[in-house]
Amino acid sequence: MRVDGVPNVRTCIVPLREGIYVDMQDKLAELPDAKFVGEPKKKIRTDVLVVGAGPAGMCAAIESAEHGAKVLVVDENQCVGGQLIKQTHKFFGSKQENAGTRGIVIAKELENKLRELEKNGKLKVMTDSTVIGYYEGDKRHRFGVVERCSDYRSILYEVDCDSVIIACGAMENMLLFPGNDLPGVYGAGAVQTLMNVYGVKPGKKVLMVGAGNVGLIVSYQLLQAGIDVDRVVEAAPSIGGYNVHAAKLCRCGVPIQTSRSIKEVYGKEGVEGAIVVDLDEKWQPIPGSEEKVECDTVCLAVGLTPAIRLLSQIGAETEFVPEAGGYVALHDDSMQTTVKGVYVAGDSSGIEEASTAMIEGKIAGLSAAISLGHKSKENQNLLQQYRKELEKLRAGPFGEKPRAAKTKITKFMEKKR
Amino acid sequence: MKDYEKTGVLSLKDLKLPSKKQLEKGVAILECVQEIPCNPCVDSCPVNAISMKNINAVPINDFYKCIGCGKCVGLCPGLAIFVVKLKDGKALITLPYEFLPLPVVGEKVQALDRNGKTSGTGLVKRVVKIGKTMVITVEVDEKLAMAVRNIRVDR
Repeated sequence: MRVDGVPNVRTCIVPLREGIYVDMQDKLAELPDAKFVGEPKKKIRTDVLVVGAGPAGMCAAIESAEHGAKVLVVDENQCVGGQLIKQTHKFFGSKQENAGTRGIVIAKELENKLRELEKNGKLKVMTDSTVIGYYEGDKRHRFGVVERCSDYRSILYEVDCDSVIIACGAMENMLLFPGNDLPGVYGAGAVQTLMNVYGVKPGKKVLMVGAGNVGLIVSYQLLQAGIDVDRVVEAAPSIGGYNVHAAKLCRCGVPIQTSRSIKEVYGKEGVEGAIVVDLDEKWQPIPGSEEKVECDTVCLAVGLTPAIRLLSQIGAETEFVPEAGGYVALHDDSMQTTVKGVYVAGDSSGIEEASTAMIEGKIAGLSAAISLGHKSKENQNLLQQYRKELEKLRAGPFGEKPRAAKTKITKFMEKKR
Repeated sequence: MKDYEKTGVLSLKDLKLPSKKQLEKGVAILECVQEIPCNPCVDSCPVNAISMKNINAVPINDFYKCIGCGKCVGLCPGLAIFVVKLKDGKALITLPYEFLPLPVVGEKVQALDRNGKTSGTGLVKRVVKIGKTMVITVEVDEKLAMAVRNIRVDR
């Protein structure tokens, strides 16, 4: 697709504006005669670089800046907030963690704090910007950052920092089945973005695969958007998400079927329906239990995998921790990885909830500020307080998985020392 | 494994239920049976009827103290609290509602059970907004007091 005559543009994420011209690109485009090499890169020097402005990244940036560090926040999206900007449901937790407040409101509150700090010159936010890699930096951490400008030009920055906090979230998992490449098969996060950020209905009738909190919440939001949800199927023998989320879906008439999964999707140009099947105790399909579900959308909510590519490139040691969602960078209770000055927070450090991500962000941000010389008894106490809050949130039965993940990570970390 | 862990639907035996007398006064029923880290209901209660041992514990409502004001209904992040009051052979059910179109007072709506099935007709008595959650009071037949937990507006 071409936008305003510029070829090879990801049209789906270009914001609409008056007079924009979008047309089909019928053949390969010619390489535009733009100056790539001729343009000098710009340099930025900062104390702390935060990669990703979701709940963890925003909290990390605010915490670092409020404790004396100069902070740069980089996010590849058009606005800050990460997943929070599509979370229209009320958050759990206690007062300190914004319980009862909707994710979209928390995103706004955190953004206001970022802007306030930005106004006071303590922090800078770069959106539409991607950290493209880690480079040789002479005892400091050096990153390449590309900023996309509104005229499709890009600017290359060299960012030098003492500390970096990687909070770039996670990737949605895919499921293998025939037809999973048909238009109409989405990740739950993608559906949430379409509905709650872009205001676009993904389809008319949805089959939801996965009854964890993401699957349950997105199903409820689909109903709120006026979209029919045929059912939720879950391969496990029990519902993984909170019962309160499941119950509010059930009383809207959406059945949740456990020990059941998707076998295939059929359709010519797009999804026309799906076949679901019962699973036995060994998670194997039971022949003869197939059922046809007519739908135009299949939504996959089958877990997330931490985004760790940048951490791997930096050289932070990683290990496979199933309870954390896959490979994660090892880290200590200050969220510092095996590389000095490199921190991790939020889903990048193991899949969990936004409420815990925000506290992890605070811990990473404060630790980074402390290591830069802003050490005081007060700051140490605050750090301890955050650690206790985190422990409290993970104390219940639903905290079992993250608890197991963090215990394993700590053990691996001790071995490395 | 409990049934609701498979289906998502709670049954009355999963819940702590008030006596008939308490229901005549009108009390909040907490349909929150799992230990999840959440406690806004405790803070929302003006008479300190709702308590929790710690943030992960299951909340308990002291039906003697509860005045059935319904503040917790609109604040519960899980939309899991309902106030039930018996009056003159009818049941007044106060429930959280987050759909459009909004019902109006005096409107007849479908009264749905925990499975989303229509179990009768409800008459909307009150519509209040707490944050972005609507708190609706609907009048149904007394025998549906423990069954109706949602409404559908057919317009």
